[in-house]
Formats: sequence, structure tokens, C-alpha cells
Amino acid sequence: MRVCIVGCGAVGSLFAANLAQLDDVDVWAFDLAQDHVDAINRQGLRLSGAGEVVGRLRATSDPREVPSCDFGIVATKAMHTASAIEATAAAFAKGCVATVQNGLGNEEAIAVQTERVIRGTTFPAGKMLEPGHVQWDVEGDTTLGPFEPRPAPRAEIERLAEACTRAGMPTVAVADARGPQWRKVIFNAATNPVGALTGLTHGRVCEDPALRRLVTGLVDEGKAVAAAQHIELDADPEDLIDHAARPDVAYDHKASMLQDVEVRRLTEIDYLNGGIVRFGEQHGVPTPLQRAIWALVKGLEQSWR
Amino acid sequence: MRVCVVGAGSIGSLFAAHLATVADVLVLTRRENHARALNAQGLRVSGRNDFTARLTAASTARELPEFELGIIATKATGLEAAADSLAGHFPAATIMTVQNGLGAEAVVRQRGDWPIVSAVTFMSGTKHSDTHVEYILDTPTWLGPYGQTPYEQVREIAGLLVASGLKAEAMPDLLPAQWSKLIFNATVNGVAALTGLPHDRHFAAEADVSDLGHLVHDLVDEGRRVAAAAGVVLHDDPWEMNVLATKRGSAHYPSMLEDVEAHRETEVELINGALVREAGRSGVEAPLHAAIYRLVKAKEASYG
Repeated sequence: MRVCIVGCGAVGSLFAANLAQLDDVDVWAFDLAQDHVDAINRQGLRLSGAGEVVGRLRATSDPREVPSCDFGIVATKAMHTASAIEATAAAFAKGCVATVQNGLGNEEAIAVQTERVIRGTTFPAGKMLEPGHVQWDVEGDTTLGPFEPRPAPRAEIERLAEACTRAGMPTVAVADARGPQWRKVIFNAATNPVGALTGLTHGRVCEDPALRRLVTGLVDEGKAVAAAQHIELDADPEDLIDHAARPDVAYDHKASMLQDVEVRRLTEIDYLNGGIVRFGEQHGVPTPLQRAIWALVKGLEQSWR
Repeated sequence: MRVCVVGAGSIGSLFAAHLATVADVLVLTRRENHARALNAQGLRVSGRNDFTARLTAASTARELPEFELGIIATKATGLEAAADSLAGHFPAATIMTVQNGLGAEAVVRQRGDWPIVSAVTFMSGTKHSDTHVEYILDTPTWLGPYGQTPYEQVREIAGLLVASGLKAEAMPDLLPAQWSKLIFNATVNGVAALTGLPHDRHFAAEADVSDLGHLVHDLVDEGRRVAAAAGVVLHDDPWEMNVLATKRGSAHYPSMLEDVEAHRETEVELINGALVREAGRSGVEAPLHAAIYRLVKAKEASYG
């Protein structure tokens, strides 16, 4: 089978390099960073950290070079989903396209351009070290399921999950993948912007009882929006937040959004808190705290202009 | 008439220099070299007025003679230290507070039984040096009696300020104006400190769903509900104050934004904290102001 990773940043690279280990999978990567593309084509895509892997694959910044694929795995930042899938959609005319991105609204954007869409949530994480080389920081599971309005066939979802698992990226195919997705979105929307606005690490956010109550207020609004859609969370985001605050887990971790604002990079706030607000509106659930946080981070981004 | 201005930031400097044209003015500074510079060079005002005032400055209250009017013009964060320095002295004085937020009068009352005058000021200035302040906005200072202070005395002080070239107005009840400014400051200063935006057009923008004006509006509305629950009828509509201020041309940098950028303690406790505590006292919810309060406190904690 042939798979194209759309957006080969840190997370995309974890899928690309690992899948390239399999003899029966032909891996392509589409990415706009030409130096990264050139490095991958020259010396392969290297992962260090949780696993030492070098994947041999074809990378390109020209979407016309991508051949017809069985699967796409979209891994761009959420604000680039629409343009990335618009550029590459022709390659997936007969295939299925999965998202492993953060936030809400990616499946909808992919479904504008392609027929068979897979809702996905992934927990592995890393960071770019240099062109062609990615640090693999965190191992974790991936969940795939149909995007209900334009679903990929169950057998195809299972085929992709099986390949990922065999490649060292444990992945399960489920009938309803919204639970893990909303659990992760609620977690991120309740903690990332609080870190970004205050400059505090995850652990310090959680040890200030008043601030921790604000986080709970955000979690509660997210849970209410999920419940209104009859989404059953696969775990309580509160437990994940407390778990991550442990000194041996992620006490000193600066949320990715805090890393973004420190270098004045646009954040994914529209797809996290903004996504919860939009789904809340559709289902008649008020989300005043999510709205407030969304507006504050948007204001922060505007202060850089 | 002898007046002592405690704290010579931009507001204190504007009061001191102007009053020195109609009264004998003392200035109590925090730093000794600040007092020395004022004694040697006087205090220059530029901008809306242009003159240099002669006055007497000291950095300890012990060095000061008796005075009839004390104006505590420190930031809210410097209020307790300023009031401590007056405690036990100056029995003939009336003390006027001009701090942002609520509760300054009670802090002074704990230190002595002077008659107290409440004030809020909308004037603004920029301090270019210890001996030079630029008078930028000549918007008024409003004064009202606190506790048993006779209104007539408040009118006399307002008259003195007007005679000195500043704008001032006495009101029998200052709470409506104080609360208007409280809600305005809690909203605008808090949002500015968290976003890094000066008080510009973003604060009035309501076109897109995520525009900042919606949050500003929601914070103002929440503040209105707290005021109503506390039995206060607002003097000015804080939303209109906000819209008007964003149309002034040059955007104002709220002091709370300057404070967080300089990693200084902010006035959040007496502004946003006061509003949240008033909400609790009146049994109404103020979740948005509580969020702003917690986030600014947390930002202070991140200075390290």
C-alpha cells in the first residue's frame, strides 16, 4: 500500500519514518519546507530519542509529484489543513485520508476535498532538530475511526491501524473516535492557553489552587459540549491534567502554545478553544470561559503585529 | 494652606507641581535621591501646561512639618507603606486617596482617624525624569466625602485643585464614579496585561466571534451586575468609556501592562481582586473577572 504524510513536521515524521520500515508500505511525504524535503531525499528521515529510526521515503514540496495513494495522513498544524489538503487531494481520489492533528475542525476541512475521511487522535510527540532529523519525545497511542459525515470504510481504517501498529506506532481502529479526540482537545484547551497567557509550566499551573479551578472551569465547559453531542470521553481530562502535573511526568513542560507565544508563532487556539466554542454554539451549550480564553490568546497574537 | 503629596509618580507629580502654584507643597518620596533632585531642581511640567514648580521634598515623614491636606498618590501597591509612614503623625491633616480600585480609604483608616476624602482621577501623565512630568490627558479628578467627612471640605479641596490649573469636581457620593472607573480598569488593564495590547481599537472590535471587544463587553456587563448587586448606580457607562478611549488616536499603555512587562507587582489585587471580592460579598457570580484576576496573579508568579 502507498501512504502519503501531508505535513511532515515532528508528528508527521514519526509516522513517516516508522511506516517506512515496512516492506509492504511505500511512504511519501509532502511538506513545504524545502530544506527538510531535500534532507529526507538525500539521507533519509531520522528519528532520535524514544526510538532510533532512519526511514527511506520520497519527500516532495510539489503536490503534483505525489502519486495516487491508498492513504493520506494529515499532520500539519490545524491552520494549514485546508490549504494542504486542497493541494494534495488529487492523490487521494481513490484513497482514504486520516487526520492525526490537534483540535477540532480538521476532519471537516479534509472532507471538503476528499470522500473517505478518518478521524484520528495521536499522543506521540516530538520536535524538529534539524532538516531530516526529528527528536521523538513521547511514545503513545493513536486512535482511528470513521468521520461520520464522510466515513472511510471500516476495513480500510483497520488496514491503516494494523500497518501503523506493525511499524511501532500502536494504533487502534474504533467505531467512534470522538471520545479520545475530545478528551485530548479538552485537556489541551484547558491547559495550553493558561500556560501561554501566564508563562507558567504545566506543573506550576496545577499547583496554584485558584488557577487549577479556572482549568476545571474550562474542562467542565468542554465536557458539557461533548455531552451535548453524546460523546463518551474515554478518560477524564481532569485525571490526565493531574497525572501530567507530577514531577516525573510533565511538571516542567512548557505547553506547545507557550512555546509558540514565546517565539511569536501563531497558535492553534482557533481549533482548540475556538473549536469548543463553535461546537457549543451548534449544540446550544454556553462556553463563556472558553470564549474569554480564546479572545485573550487572539489578542496576544494581535499584539505582535 | 500646606499640602503634602505622598508618592511622586506621574499622578503625584502632576498634583504636586500644580498645587505648588497656589499652596505650600511638600512631597514625600520613596527614594532619597528623588527628594534631593526635587529640592535642587524643582519639578517641571510640560505638555498641557508648561512651568517649573518649587516645592519641598523629603524621603522620610519625620522630616515633614504639619500639613492640612495629604494626598496619597502612590500606586495601589505602594499604598500600605505610604499609609504606614503617616500613622501616628499629622493629626490636623485630611487625607485624600486617589488609588485605582476599591479599598484605599479603608487601608488609610486602619492607620489613623484623619478625615478622609475619596478621589478618582482620569488625568494622565508621563514621567520623563524625577524632576519632569508631561501632562498628557487633562481629564478631571472627582472627589467625594468618605465616612463623616463634611462635603464642604471636599468642595474646598476641589476648588484648590481647580485654582491650581487641574480639572476637578466634587460629588456628594463618589461611589458611582469610583465603580465606573473600577469596572473600566479591571477590564481594560487586565486584558491589556494578558494580551500585551495597549488600549487600542481591538478593545472595541466586535465584528468576528473571537474579537476582543466581545470579551471586553462581557467583562463590563459582569461588572455592571456586581455594581447593581452592591446597590451602586454607575456614573458613567464603562463600555462607552472604553470605546471613547480607543478613539483618542494614540493608544494608552495601561499601567498594569507596563507593570507586567517590567516584571513588577501590579495593582490587580485592589482592582480585579476588589471587584471579585465585592461580587462574593453581594452573592453574585463574576467568573470572567475571577479568571482575569487569577491569570494576572499567575503571570506575576511567573516572573521567577
